[in-house]
Amino acid sequence: MDADRITEKLNILADAAKYDVSCASSGSKRKNENKGLGNASNGICHSYTEDGRCVSLLKILLTNHCIFDCAYCVSRKSNDIQRAAFTVQEVVDLTINFYRRNYIEGLFLSSGIFKDADFTMERLVRVAKKLRLEHNFNGYIHLKSIPGASDELMNEAGLYADRLSVNLEMPTEAGLKLLAPDKSHQDMIKPMGYLKNAIIQHTEEKKLFKKAPMFAPAGQSTQVIIGATPEDDNQILHSANYFYKNFKLRRVYYSGYVPVLEDSRLPALNTSVPMVRENRLYQADWLMRNYGFHVSEIVNNSQPHLDLDIDPKLSWAIRNMHEFPVDVNRADLKMILRVPGIGVLSAQKIVSARKFGKLNWDQLKKIGVSVNRARYFITCHSKEFERRDLTGNAIKQFILATSHSKYIKNVQTQLNLF
Amino acid sequence: MTNLIYDGTFEGLLTAVFDVYAHKLGIVKLHQGEYIDGALFDKKLQVITDETRANRVLKTLKVKLSSMGVQRLYAAHLAEIPGEDNNLLGFIRYAIDSDENIEEDYGNKYVMRVSEMVCKIRRERHRMEAFIRFQKLQDGSFYAGIEPDFNVLPLLIRHFKNRYADMKWMIYDLRRKYGIYYDLHDTEFIILDFANNGRPADVVAAYTEDEGIYQHLWKNYFNSVNIASRKNTKLHVRHIPKRYWKHLTEKI
Ligand code: SF4
Repeated sequence: MDADRITEKLNILADAAKYDVSCASSGSKRKNENKGLGNASNGICHSYTEDGRCVSLLKILLTNHCIFDCAYCVSRKSNDIQRAAFTVQEVVDLTINFYRRNYIEGLFLSSGIFKDADFTMERLVRVAKKLRLEHNFNGYIHLKSIPGASDELMNEAGLYADRLSVNLEMPTEAGLKLLAPDKSHQDMIKPMGYLKNAIIQHTEEKKLFKKAPMFAPAGQSTQVIIGATPEDDNQILHSANYFYKNFKLRRVYYSGYVPVLEDSRLPALNTSVPMVRENRLYQADWLMRNYGFHVSEIVNNSQPHLDLDIDPKLSWAIRNMHEFPVDVNRADLKMILRVPGIGVLSAQKIVSARKFGKLNWDQLKKIGVSVNRARYFITCHSKEFERRDLTGNAIKQFILATSHSKYIKNVQTQLNLF
Repeated sequence: MTNLIYDGTFEGLLTAVFDVYAHKLGIVKLHQGEYIDGALFDKKLQVITDETRANRVLKTLKVKLSSMGVQRLYAAHLAEIPGEDNNLLGFIRYAIDSDENIEEDYGNKYVMRVSEMVCKIRRERHRMEAFIRFQKLQDGSFYAGIEPDFNVLPLLIRHFKNRYADMKWMIYDLRRKYGIYYDLHDTEFIILDFANNGRPADVVAAYTEDEGIYQHLWKNYFNSVNIASRKNTKLHVRHIPKRYWKHLTEKI
């Protein structure tokens, strides 16, 4: 092995892949078979980058050569950068050797488009196939589906990979047209539709025959870039909701646009990454998926943007003060989940623990409720509760005054730009 | 109040519980260590670990708690978190004295405390599953040294056995001076005799040829996935506290 050459390739092709923020390696159920190597189930973060993101997978491009010219992408054709390409065997060796040392949960392989969609997709599939069949590798594999690839290749990809993803990149079709003129919205949607149906079909078969092959057991995901085009949060979250509902996506990732290129269609190079907004979108997404909120409760035409200074749950609560206070000793789980300062775990604990006796503030605190927040919205087994008839705005001020938000600094720098 | 002195084993803990009920003791305080005559406490009792008595208590616990509940209790004791003996004892007594299963009674301080301990242990176990770094040795086996906050090595066996079924590996707790070794079939506990100061100085010498290359590649990878304009050191250190760095290839 030529160590220097591989190192150089790895540097280039990992660097080019890092703007894809998806890192999940969970949601699969692949077991270790026939005393092979690895399994994929629990989704471990093996390390964290200095910017605090999870490192779980070897995330690389097969190549950063590309025939397309998407404005937001470092690998675009017209960008003057160093290009490199791995061979199939090189990717396989890196994956196996990193995996054995417990550095990673598996591989996330994406690629620039060289020649055409099928040619590229075929290489990606070959890596996965080799890992599974020749190396008896049961670790996690996430393959990028190349827009426009044939159904046959998508089918094969599903048989070897745990997860597949097509990045929508732009939240709306108009945004895509503007920045990625070579890509067609239709080409991107098509593999998603194919995979959705194939996944449903295989799940049905699996119910009937235990031995039926797995097909992309960790489902599909996608990524949208935030802040490169002028879509508001209302548009972004509604389009996320549309894809959750219609394509049964497991996750939508939101990636704050990192200015990498000078282009009149894009924010200027010195624009800061919209990290607060990105975080708020994740919180909102979380509320849709795990807290039973409907998307239009979070954003709508009269409320098109998420608040930057408070999280979307608190924001919903102070807009809906008539729903509070909630009596934690009686309310149903659904409503307790909506209280700011109570997470999913605490909510479940409350519902279990109250069967043994009514809960007071001290016990709530021990259970993990952030009482500083929740106290404005709940009553419990105690004579003390918020008696003042506070407006939503006043509550917001109180909470902001007592919490040292890690984002305050960021909010200010972002606001300074306007 | 009665002071109970026991040997620190799980059977010892269960025997102590037996003694509490046999002697109808009210408030007790449990200590680990050797029983020394005369000194220190006025009222004290030596717990003599006894398998039959321990088993009787265990049998009762299995009725009062779910099997997960018993496992959690065992793990909480195994972890050797200092100063928790009395909370474990309190939990067991509360479980035995109650007619219904109390595992989810988070309003009770012992139940809450045990649940917190289990959380801590689980976190440490997850950290080990994540942060262990194997190094390939010349004989083709893989070695990793660890220094976890609690005694969680036994809890790691299943995970690593399931995952690395096709290679020989060893994980060694350098602080508690014992390890587990997997020989492609089974795991066993082992104690290594590192010549001096308990560190496997000769591990580097025993590397296979390409071990250095892969470590180098991994460090490179780790650096190139970083996005400098998003740097957030506080978050980084919260995820990987500094005490774990010395065994992390990418942080050395
Ligand atoms: S097709 Fe993909 S790799 Fe090529 S320029 Fe567009 S986003 Fe970048």
